[in-house]
Amino acid sequence: MRARVTSRFLWLCLLFLAVASILPLWVSAYVLGLMTVAYYTAVFAMSWDLLFGFAGEVNFGPTFLIGLGAYTAGILDARFSPALSVGWCVLAGAGAAVIGGLLLALPALRVRGPYFGLTTLVAVLMLQNLVIVFADLTGGEIGLSVPDVITVNPKLNYLIALGFMTVAGAILFGLSRSSVGLILQASGQDAVQAAALGFNITKHKLFAFGVSAFFSGLAGALMVFYMGSASVGTFIDVAIAVQIIIAAVLGGRRTVLGAALGAALLIVLGETLRPLGQLATLVVSIVALGVILLFPDGILGALGGERS
Amino acid sequence: MTRFWQIVIDGFAISALYALGATGFTLIFGVSGVLNLSHGAIMVAAAVAAWAAASLGQHGPYLAAVAGVAVAIALSLLTYGVAVRPVQRNPRIEVAEREIFILTATLLWGIIIQETIAYLFTNNAKTVPPLVDGVITMLGVRTPANEYFTAATCWIVIGLLWLLVNRTRGGKVVLAASMNPRGVTLLGFELSTMYLAVWSVYGLLAGIAGVLLGMFLGVSSYSVGPLTASAFSIVVLGGLGSVTGSLVAAFVVGYLETVTAYMISPAYRTIPPLLLLVAVMYLRPQGLFGRR
Repeated sequence: MRARVTSRFLWLCLLFLAVASILPLWVSAYVLGLMTVAYYTAVFAMSWDLLFGFAGEVNFGPTFLIGLGAYTAGILDARFSPALSVGWCVLAGAGAAVIGGLLLALPALRVRGPYFGLTTLVAVLMLQNLVIVFADLTGGEIGLSVPDVITVNPKLNYLIALGFMTVAGAILFGLSRSSVGLILQASGQDAVQAAALGFNITKHKLFAFGVSAFFSGLAGALMVFYMGSASVGTFIDVAIAVQIIIAAVLGGRRTVLGAALGAALLIVLGETLRPLGQLATLVVSIVALGVILLFPDGILGALGGERS
Repeated sequence: MTRFWQIVIDGFAISALYALGATGFTLIFGVSGVLNLSHGAIMVAAAVAAWAAASLGQHGPYLAAVAGVAVAIALSLLTYGVAVRPVQRNPRIEVAEREIFILTATLLWGIIIQETIAYLFTNNAKTVPPLVDGVITMLGVRTPANEYFTAATCWIVIGLLWLLVNRTRGGKVVLAASMNPRGVTLLGFELSTMYLAVWSVYGLLAGIAGVLLGMFLGVSSYSVGPLTASAFSIVVLGGLGSVTGSLVAAFVVGYLETVTAYMISPAYRTIPPLLLLVAVMYLRPQGLFGRR
């Protein structure tokens, strides 16, 4: 049964990708811009789901990793613009995020549950403060504008984001379905027993943090060069972290692809509700709370029927 | 020297306020294992309700303060009913995952309260009229009398809470339930009534803290996040579930912030407490007074 659901699901994904890749032919640049942001947010949410859904780590600070990637890439580009190409800046951003992810993993090996959740929250607040304190380097509260962009063509930007999301999604989904995913899940549920079975918990957890950080940082860095600027409000703020967590839970935990669905839905919903002005956030929060309480398995969980 | 005494007095008032806010947070965690991330929103709602009663409803400061506290109690019970109980009762949510669901649900609930406040009363900062007027000059420092009143009220309320928990029958049931809920049920105490009582007490504490904060510093819907974060960090710094730890941690954080604000710059006031928190998390993860 499960295999059939999965294969039907795979076809749906392929169908979606086919439709999405020919979308630039008939929709406006405005819709493309919206979807570009939605795809990057989808990668943020999928990376978060690998850590929470599988490794069981309550990470309140996905934006710590995203912000590290975004700001490292942005600052490097702003400082050494013509000498250093955009590609190297993006790679450096992803590298910085991986280092940050491993630093974040250190307390996770010692403390669990709410204590670890708080450490990640503190990491976000620290980064936010650092950005504001070192304002001459980071642009502070006004934001950092980068001299280069990948391209100004909205269609190309859209396709880059779509391609990146597809590759990241395939790798993360593949990882979650591989033996690594199973070991992570086991260590998340009962670390002692998983270790007693002979699995190296530390190695696998560090790996999960590294992978999650790599894709978060890469997506953050790419998004900087799409937007042409980096600010605390778009990359680091706790509100963004909350949005990513809600997206992953909304789509369905432990599904990776559900996180992408939730993220896209949240971005599109937020934009459609824009005419409501201030009430938009209120409506989105009420909908999200309703889904969490009524369908705790998220959209994919509700669609896929009963899961054991 | 004046500056030294100024730091001592201001720091004391701020710390007392933090202590009162964190005590309610610890109480709920100790009794039901719930970390309520809508804490800041409830405090702000209390202050805004008091402000609205005073400036829009033209009521006196005492009536306004009572209205603020009443709103906090109602919201606290609503938090339990909307965001906590449905998660605990939902058979489709595994026990191991309840924590993250309650954290997410209370966080969303807090955002809902925050946005409702912003929609009804805008994002502007609001100051609640003080209960005590005038200025007191002590040790060469001129301080509003209401600041002393704030610190005194906080300590009296914390003292009353201590008496309630340790010296009354109902309080002892709560204490027992925090150690072993099943044992308390077997002795014939209804847990659900007790939880309602604990959430009401929590609402009372958060409401008083919120209204006093509104008089002392003023609040806006932007203060929701930082207030929740500071209560959370104080409680973790002191050790989850330890009331003594929370009180000590509140003073450490309160004074660190005040010293930073006066000696370095108000812009950096939140950084030293965060650094301290990170250091404690690495060296002593269970907090200063926590048990494992």
